[in-house]
Amino acid sequence: MSQVKKFLYVNRKAPYGTIYALESLEVVLIGAAFDQDVSLAFIDDGVFQLAKGQDTKGLGVKNFSPTYRALGDYGVTKLYVEKEALAERGLSEDDLMPVTYEDENDGFAEKPSLIFVDRAEMARVMAEQDVILSF
Amino acid sequence: MSTLHMVNKSPFERGAMQSCLEHALEGDGVLLFEDGVYGAVKGSAVTGLIENKAGSVKVYVLGPDLAARGIAGGRLIEGITVVDYPGFVDLVTAHKGTQSWL
Repeated sequence: MSQVKKFLYVNRKAPYGTIYALESLEVVLIGAAFDQDVSLAFIDDGVFQLAKGQDTKGLGVKNFSPTYRALGDYGVTKLYVEKEALAERGLSEDDLMPVTYEDENDGFAEKPSLIFVDRAEMARVMAEQDVILSF
Repeated sequence: MSTLHMVNKSPFERGAMQSCLEHALEGDGVLLFEDGVYGAVKGSAVTGLIENKAGSVKVYVLGPDLAARGIAGGRLIEGITVVDYPGFVDLVTAHKGTQSWL
């Protein structure tokens, strides 16, 4: 008897400077095969992972930012982004790339995956999880 | 002769850039690269650290690291110079030595 658990992947690191952001994404994609209730949280420098216009040609490393937009196809449709983390970094919601999913329970209507929450709401999201994986 | 200070860590995650700027002497250069480039963006909680040293130290930022992180040139703090990899080498040779702030 399998039981669906709530998994939260907490992303706190900027992309490219360390391997954490890419590794988190890899684990999310692997974990998505297990039909659990998966959410992602972006706090602290993790919000930089979602910045639009990333171009890594000059670095010679893979630009993995388009992969976030594919998460919806894997049933990962809740990406919580902390408003305070954005503001502290001089970012607005418009500075992030659009991430959407097709809602199969609503005629495959395209809906936003990014959920902007304040720090108190993020704390509640964390508190209601069964498993938290930190990157 | 002057020193080129090099910062490659996010100023939001640790105090490397702040400590660097507080120790840099007049006429020194500060190069922000890798995750250090986040310190070059205006309108953030740490923008004042660089603005306070304007006119005292010269701040440079590595262009390919800005592009990778989706930071457009228009978002940089006034007075910061964007350099490419050859420009990085030129900076190293133009200073007496380098000091890394990890």
